Amino acid sequence: MRGVSRSFGRTPALRTVDLDVHDGEFMVLLGPSGCGKTTLLRTIAGLERPDAGAIAIGGRDVTSLAPRDRNIAMVFQSYAVFPHMTVRANIGFGLRMRRTPKAEQARRVADAAALLGLEALLERFPGQLSGGQRQRVAVARAIVMDADVMLMDEPLSNLDALLRLQARADLKRLHGEVKRTTIYVTHDQVEAMSMGDRIAVMGDGVIVQCDLPMAVYDHPATQFVGGFIGSPPMNFVRGAMSDSAFVAEGVRLRLERPPRAGGEIVMGVRAEHLRIGAEGLPADVLVVEPLGSHALVTVRVGGVPVKIEAPVDIGLRPDERIHVAVDQARIRWMDAATGTAIR
Amino acid sequence: MTTGRMSVRWRDDALPLALLGPAVLYLLLLIVLPMVQALVLAFQGDDGTFTLEHLRRMTGDVAFRDAIRNTLVLLILIVPAQIVLALVMALLVHSRIRGHEWFLYVYAIPLAISDLAAGILWLSVFTQNGYLNTVLQALGIIKEPIVYLSYENIAMVIGAIVIAESWRATALVLVILVAGLQLIPRDYFEAADLFGASRLRRTVHVVIPLLRPSLQSALIIRTIFAFTTFAAVFALAGRNLPVVAGEAYNWSVVARDPHVAAAYALVLLALAGAMTMVYLRVLGTSETQRAR
Repeated sequence: MRGVSRSFGRTPALRTVDLDVHDGEFMVLLGPSGCGKTTLLRTIAGLERPDAGAIAIGGRDVTSLAPRDRNIAMVFQSYAVFPHMTVRANIGFGLRMRRTPKAEQARRVADAAALLGLEALLERFPGQLSGGQRQRVAVARAIVMDADVMLMDEPLSNLDALLRLQARADLKRLHGEVKRTTIYVTHDQVEAMSMGDRIAVMGDGVIVQCDLPMAVYDHPATQFVGGFIGSPPMNFVRGAMSDSAFVAEGVRLRLERPPRAGGEIVMGVRAEHLRIGAEGLPADVLVVEPLGSHALVTVRVGGVPVKIEAPVDIGLRPDERIHVAVDQARIRWMDAATGTAIR
Repeated sequence: MTTGRMSVRWRDDALPLALLGPAVLYLLLLIVLPMVQALVLAFQGDDGTFTLEHLRRMTGDVAFRDAIRNTLVLLILIVPAQIVLALVMALLVHSRIRGHEWFLYVYAIPLAISDLAAGILWLSVFTQNGYLNTVLQALGIIKEPIVYLSYENIAMVIGAIVIAESWRATALVLVILVAGLQLIPRDYFEAADLFGASRLRRTVHVVIPLLRPSLQSALIIRTIFAFTTFAAVFALAGRNLPVVAGEAYNWSVVARDPHVAAAYALVLLALAGAMTMVYLRVLGTSETQRAR
């Protein structure tokens, strides 16, 4: 994708987006609602026309082609499984429309059904299926197509939490087996982290960062990315440098390797890189949330609340005064004005 | 306390009844009561006893067989033509081609005209000195005016009625189908596009099946209306083309025999009822195939 733009009225949905997806890759488009990720996916599908820019699939320019001429397949958020057709007819719909020989249709539908565990349901109508089963029919209908690109628009968002976990693992396994180039839209950062080969984080109609999941997690390109990825999101403390120490309201942290930056900066650090102990920055406990494997402790450092991952048996109570040590190697610095990372 | 709770429960029960009331009253007074009256009229002799005399008079009438045949012929010609026409128009309205938002308004204009007025309007087109002859003469296509609406040329008369009725009432079917199309989620259209369906195949394989409930309603309503057509028929053909509804009117108003008129009305009821059953049976969607 090169310089793809799209506006609705005067509202820009996509602002000159560039994106390269490798062959066989599982690319996740991640962002909050309204960031343009679904518009981008629909533009790749040909369901939206870009105002500017070009889209190529496997070296073939498809920008002006109709959806059916792009050799793509898609799983819709609503599944859009046809209610008047059996599961078998639904899965085979694309093959029928492309006038694939009957015998080959039957064979490929059977393969796709087996891959998604739908063999026993082939003669049912969608109205007789559960949400999870319908979701699998939608995936089977797409996978049977042997398309160059598989597009998925939040395919798990209509499933309940437990089923979503299962379906997430199933989709990842499926991609591992068929190695189809996939572009997957979600607003769920856990889904993005667990499934994506790479993640393109979108905000306000642009791709803010596109990298491996752990790279996006460890080195967020902006404050927005750090705040969006990870649960809990990254902690941010706004302040300035003074004599190789970071100074903020009620905070003075002497740094081993101070960042090369003047003016207002933001310190970003994740909950698991903070440790509650005998020394460090003074803080007051606000809330302790035991989460089973660990506890999430929210404390006030200077003026801002900060979340810390602590052992579940930490035994703290609200209003207790503690000290927080920072793993200095894991601190990320950002420009306070622009939000971009300082490297 | 007890009375308070009881009054609440009474209100809970009363509200739905109160809301249903007007509709039930309307149906009772204007549908059920006349139906019962017609039934009584059709089978009641002068002395108040049960008789098949009126039915016999009806079936023995010269116009009876013709009326039934003509009614069915008009039905078979008008209803499918209107459904196809309305479907094409509905798809045009629903498509996003330039000016699509105007189609519906233009198409719907004839709906505002009464059927008798529509009949007279088309009479002024087809009559001997009507617009059609004037235009054809002016263009030099014909020398002498053609008599379209003559009992010697019954096919032409039927053609004129079919045109007039289609012009007048297709929009009714159209409105139902456009509403039905708008109920179909856009995802189904897009999924069909994406998985390789051409516009035509998308319409045949996806849109029409999903439109089936609306098509069924449109067919039933349109068929019942087609059975009762007679104003346009009267305007264009007079009594050259007897139809069932027209005969009922005739027996009631001209011959002043409400018993035979009621018998005709029962024939209409039976025909309309039978056709509705057929539609429900043939086009009925089973629970499992319905979209959620």
